[in-house]
Amino acid sequence: MPPLHWYLILAALLFSIGLAGAMTRRNGILVLVGIELMLNAANLNLIAFWRFGPNPEALTGMLFVLFSIGVAAAEAAVGLALVMAIHRHNRTANVDEAKSLKG
Amino acid sequence: MAPVMPGANIAMPNNGLSIPNVAFLAIAVVTLIAAVAAMSLRNLVHCGLCLAVVLAGLAALYLQLNAQFIGLSQVLIYIGAVAVLILFTILLTRGKEPERSPLFSAGWPVGLLAAGLLFGVLALAVLVSPARGVPAPVPVQVTVRQIGESLMSRFVLPLQVAGLLLTAALIGAVVVALPRDLRKRPSSPPGKADHLSLR
Repeated sequence: MPPLHWYLILAALLFSIGLAGAMTRRNGILVLVGIELMLNAANLNLIAFWRFGPNPEALTGMLFVLFSIGVAAAEAAVGLALVMAIHRHNRTANVDEAKSLKG
Repeated sequence: MAPVMPGANIAMPNNGLSIPNVAFLAIAVVTLIAAVAAMSLRNLVHCGLCLAVVLAGLAALYLQLNAQFIGLSQVLIYIGAVAVLILFTILLTRGKEPERSPLFSAGWPVGLLAAGLLFGVLALAVLVSPARGVPAPVPVQVTVRQIGESLMSRFVLPLQVAGLLLTAALIGAVVVALPRDLRKRPSSPPGKADHLSLR
């Protein structure tokens, strides 16, 4: 069984990769992909702490991740709808070219 | 996961090259390479497929951590729905991008620096924390019945709130993505499309 800190380091790496992508990519969809990576890294942390925690039979971490997955799915749907709306209006999905909120 | 042996209360995690550790390292390497590829490739479809590989690697890690239900939910929801949704959006928003347009925004060194600093801080915090010596308790066998019962008893309020949130997000996503001419009110004067107002 790998020790707990291996999982935590892996989650930190994934989070940093997602953060770097979300802050540097121009395409709005790739920004959302970076956010998904960060959410998944947090989920991995939650599951690892649940597995190594003192009361795994309380299922707290597991259900936390279940709700987190549901919220992330809602976030992805709304975010991608926003990218679609920006693309329809500006003919581009690049976030640095969408400078105006006006119609 | 090893079967629960009577008397062996605590399975000490080890740093050696046992089979679960090698499996962890292999999954971790594949996941990290796919994550870097998902954030750096030029072809957006390849990025979406690399995201699916990352999600599959995380599902494998959940299975290794004895959270089978979460691992399979991850496959169903993330790979089956979110990755496919992202791929569909990529295909729908594919514009006439010039082939050599820059991939990264103007301030990319700052973003990279911030992410690197964050990883440094997190790794330092993990390595000096007591998480290094935590023993792994005997895995509990979680049945779907137990999960359903706690969803219906202790976690019933979060469940309702999540359902409300999903409904609101569904309606919001449809409203935001609707074409402008469909969203114009019939009574609104022509030329004054209030297409950013949410109704």
